[in-house]
Amino acid sequence: MKKLVVALVAAALAPVAAAQNVKIGVVTFLSGPAAAPFGVPAKNAAEFVVEALNAGKGPAPYTKRGFGGAAIEVVMLDEAGSTTTQVTEFRNLVQRANVDLVIGYVSSGNCLAIAPVAEELKKLVNFFDCGTPRIFEDGSYEYVFRTSPTATMDSVGAALYVKDAKPGVKSIAGINQNYAWGQDSWGDFELAMKMLVPSVETKTSQMPKLFAGQYNAEISALMSAKPDVIHSSFWNGDLEALILQGGPRGLMKQSLTILTTGETAMHKLGAQIPDGTVLGARGPFGPYAPNNAYNKWFHGGYVGKYKEEPNYASYQMAQAFLGVKLAWEKAQDASGGKRPTNEQVAAALKGSTFEGPGGTVRMAIGKGHQAIMETAYGQTRMAGGKLTVVNVKRYPAEQVNPPEGVKSSDWIKSGFKAK
Amino acid sequence: MTRDRTPLLIGVILVALLAGGAFLPQWAMFMVTIAIARGLVALGLMLLLRAGLVSFGQALYYCLGAYAAGALGRFFGISDIFAQMLAGAAAAGVAAFILGFLLAKYRGIFFGLLSLALSMILYGLLVKNEALGSTDGFNILPSTLFGIRPGPDWVRYAVLAAAAVVALLLALAVNRYLNTPLGRLAPAIKDNEIRVEYMGASARHAVHVMYVIAAVLAGVGGALAATTVGHIDPDMAFWTTSGEFIFITILAGTGSVVAPFAGALLYGVIHTTAYDLSPNTWQLSLGAALLLIIVFLPEGLWSLFPQRRWR
Amino acid sequence: MNQLLSVGVDGVIYSAWLFTAALGLTLIYGVMKIVNVTHGSFYALGAYAGASITGAWLARGYPPMLSYAVLLGSALLVTLVVAPLIERAILRFMYAKDEVVILLITYALFLILEDVIKLVWGVNPYFIAEPYALLGSFSVAGLAYPTYNLILVALALVAGLGLAWILHSTRVGKLLLAVIHDPEISRAMGINVDRYYLVTFTFGSLLAALAGAYTAPTVSVVPGLGVEIIVLSFAVVVIGGLGSLPGAALGAVIVGVVRSLSVHYMPQVELFVIYFVMAMVLAFRPRGLFSLAEPRRI
Repeated sequence: MKKLVVALVAAALAPVAAAQNVKIGVVTFLSGPAAAPFGVPAKNAAEFVVEALNAGKGPAPYTKRGFGGAAIEVVMLDEAGSTTTQVTEFRNLVQRANVDLVIGYVSSGNCLAIAPVAEELKKLVNFFDCGTPRIFEDGSYEYVFRTSPTATMDSVGAALYVKDAKPGVKSIAGINQNYAWGQDSWGDFELAMKMLVPSVETKTSQMPKLFAGQYNAEISALMSAKPDVIHSSFWNGDLEALILQGGPRGLMKQSLTILTTGETAMHKLGAQIPDGTVLGARGPFGPYAPNNAYNKWFHGGYVGKYKEEPNYASYQMAQAFLGVKLAWEKAQDASGGKRPTNEQVAAALKGSTFEGPGGTVRMAIGKGHQAIMETAYGQTRMAGGKLTVVNVKRYPAEQVNPPEGVKSSDWIKSGFKAK
Repeated sequence: MTRDRTPLLIGVILVALLAGGAFLPQWAMFMVTIAIARGLVALGLMLLLRAGLVSFGQALYYCLGAYAAGALGRFFGISDIFAQMLAGAAAAGVAAFILGFLLAKYRGIFFGLLSLALSMILYGLLVKNEALGSTDGFNILPSTLFGIRPGPDWVRYAVLAAAAVVALLLALAVNRYLNTPLGRLAPAIKDNEIRVEYMGASARHAVHVMYVIAAVLAGVGGALAATTVGHIDPDMAFWTTSGEFIFITILAGTGSVVAPFAGALLYGVIHTTAYDLSPNTWQLSLGAALLLIIVFLPEGLWSLFPQRRWR
Repeated sequence: MNQLLSVGVDGVIYSAWLFTAALGLTLIYGVMKIVNVTHGSFYALGAYAGASITGAWLARGYPPMLSYAVLLGSALLVTLVVAPLIERAILRFMYAKDEVVILLITYALFLILEDVIKLVWGVNPYFIAEPYALLGSFSVAGLAYPTYNLILVALALVAGLGLAWILHSTRVGKLLLAVIHDPEISRAMGINVDRYYLVTFTFGSLLAALAGAYTAPTVSVVPGLGVEIIVLSFAVVVIGGLGSLPGAALGAVIVGVVRSLSVHYMPQVELFVIYFVMAMVLAFRPRGLFSLAEPRRI
């Protein structure tokens, strides 16, 4: 059985690779509705980063070729299909294709299922995007990591922004997809709002089916309820449908609308998004990325190669690779230049801090396996034909992420008590 | 009457799996176990198919079985694999008994669509239930056998062995059932139900019994799949999952109680191959494979072997 | 009271959309007795063709008012290319087979078409916002509704009434009714049943493609668009009775209004209310609300 191998060892590279290649399994959506907003931007980011690293063109301290001098070889896998399929294919990736480690997974359901399998097979896996906090709150792992913050951060950050942007807020409402992601996002946001502004009232919570596509009735219900703030964690087709159907009806003008994953729609739907809509990028990514050397390298290189803007999924994939690379090289140096084992890389990655195109990533919670970062939200404004963000507010990592050992929901309920 | 060779065949396969299974690579053991789980569901579907009934909602019982096994671990801390399968069977059986009163009256496409509606209602209920994790589902405790937890090197074989024994015993039981008067009624119901009633047998009763048996098989399959994959989520009740089982049943044909397992294994192989070779167009490969099989092998896979036809 | 009025308007719009989407399915079942899963594919094909061709039309600066006709044309084009191909090349040989086997064949074709769409149009979303915003909006109960939605309602009325007129007032329609009741005798009477099947399949698929094309301006066209519509159309058609035109209308209205009510007053049940209605209807009227009489074999 062959796997579709995307060999990224450029012919122009200096030959004589005495070091064997590092085989990395990359799993993300190549088909289905999640491909366009997450899967393909992430795949593009992976390919760009690997190509640049293999050519030794990474910014310091990522200048070494590939991983510790060995070229990176990517084995790409489609994340579409049932959990059973994903677990089967993960096992095949590890046991048949013999990858050295795996980076991937957008769907929280898949992350939850894969984590114990990775432990069983003793293979390092780095979740780059999935949002559920449950992974490290419900279990502890030696081989499982996540170099991106959880979705809790998005909801808490949103609530903080609302409080800052609309101090007299009296009522909120939500329209979220009726599945775990939407339920958790709304639940955390509502809870956080109630903690920050105890007098706030929830007018209505619309939970249409995932991929429903037709939201006329929901928009009517929201507009009749006249809330001050509307929260939505919609993504891709649903997000775009909401903007296309809600915009002309004045939904975003009537209420302050906050779209926690709105950044993915920014570039394609720019002209359709009414001014003043609050967009989130699940962290300091995209328009909120800092102006550091890593972002210049990543953003410039990505746009140069693909002629389109990277979105937050691209940023998350990039920092996933960079974090693991640093850990790999640290472990390699510690073992005197020998190729590190998964256990050694894990020990190096645990609790580490590194810099990426989104800023500082600290593996500070989940016993050193879960990353925290600051977050940012801003409002849209059309300026000279291009969509920009204004009124950007940043919130430091400790303010929007729970402390070590405390479950997200408990932390919010306690009034965001730091330990 | 010609001797039924099926029990012999079942015995041979069981011995082969138990003996040879230990030498398979781990990923192959995993695939065979999943094939056994799916094969059980398909076996139930095959029973219904003989009576001319196609259930588009068999995933309902598959999912119930899985969640029952999961609940056993989550709320009672029991992780014994046989207990899990028993729980799956019980949950599915009880549900089918109750729903069967409604469903046994329907035939043809309406039976199919009503069963579909019921499975989607379960899906909706599970998605709404945040305590059970909604669409993220939850992980199931690793299985133990008779109180012993097999180590990571043995666990795949242990689960495979347990699965093989239970599944093939069930297949044997089903084979026996098919030779009873109630079992023989199925093709008669398919042909002409009114004559069956005139003969004095109750078609409704026969269908109800068959429905419960099929559900129990699906429930055991669901529990087995849950424990093998290690994760349960509401997708197991979605109509596309039911579609997979129907695909397998048609692939296998109705020639023998062993056919569904062979069909499930073949389906697993086709699926993985499609993913490997055409990750961007695996649906096309799958659809084309199904089409070719329906067109060229209308009696299913089993028709490739010389048949001793039982009816 | 205002709330009820907006429930009503939402219900009507949603029902109209459902009806247009489901009509083709019930027609094909009524005539050919096959449950056509490729219905979802034609919806998606219509949406993709409509979005991409109209998008290109608008990008070139042609009159936006004509984009509505372009949508119609795109749906027509894509159906006339794909539907006869499927019917003549594959389905035609399968009519003798069991109902369920034909369903599986259409399911296999659906899987194939999903990837064909992906190969032709890619995974990126398509959207055409102009036709939606062009007609302005009207106000009901203090809420603004884009006037475009009335096009969906108009489409439903034209499709439904048009089909009813064809079936009952034209010769072709009456012959079709004969084919619906008994294909064998019709063949014996000299009706070219094969040709009727081809025309019906094409026309039914065209209806699905039209629904998709006219929905395209209101959504972002993404992969997986066809899957949702299959289950919804089935539910509507089963509630109304397979093969019945007034049944499909009634089914669409029931589902549309019930959904609208649940969205406004009880959002938490919205997820499975449609299946619940389907199960309830089937429990009391096993063959749907209006069903075709079928002879019993003794």
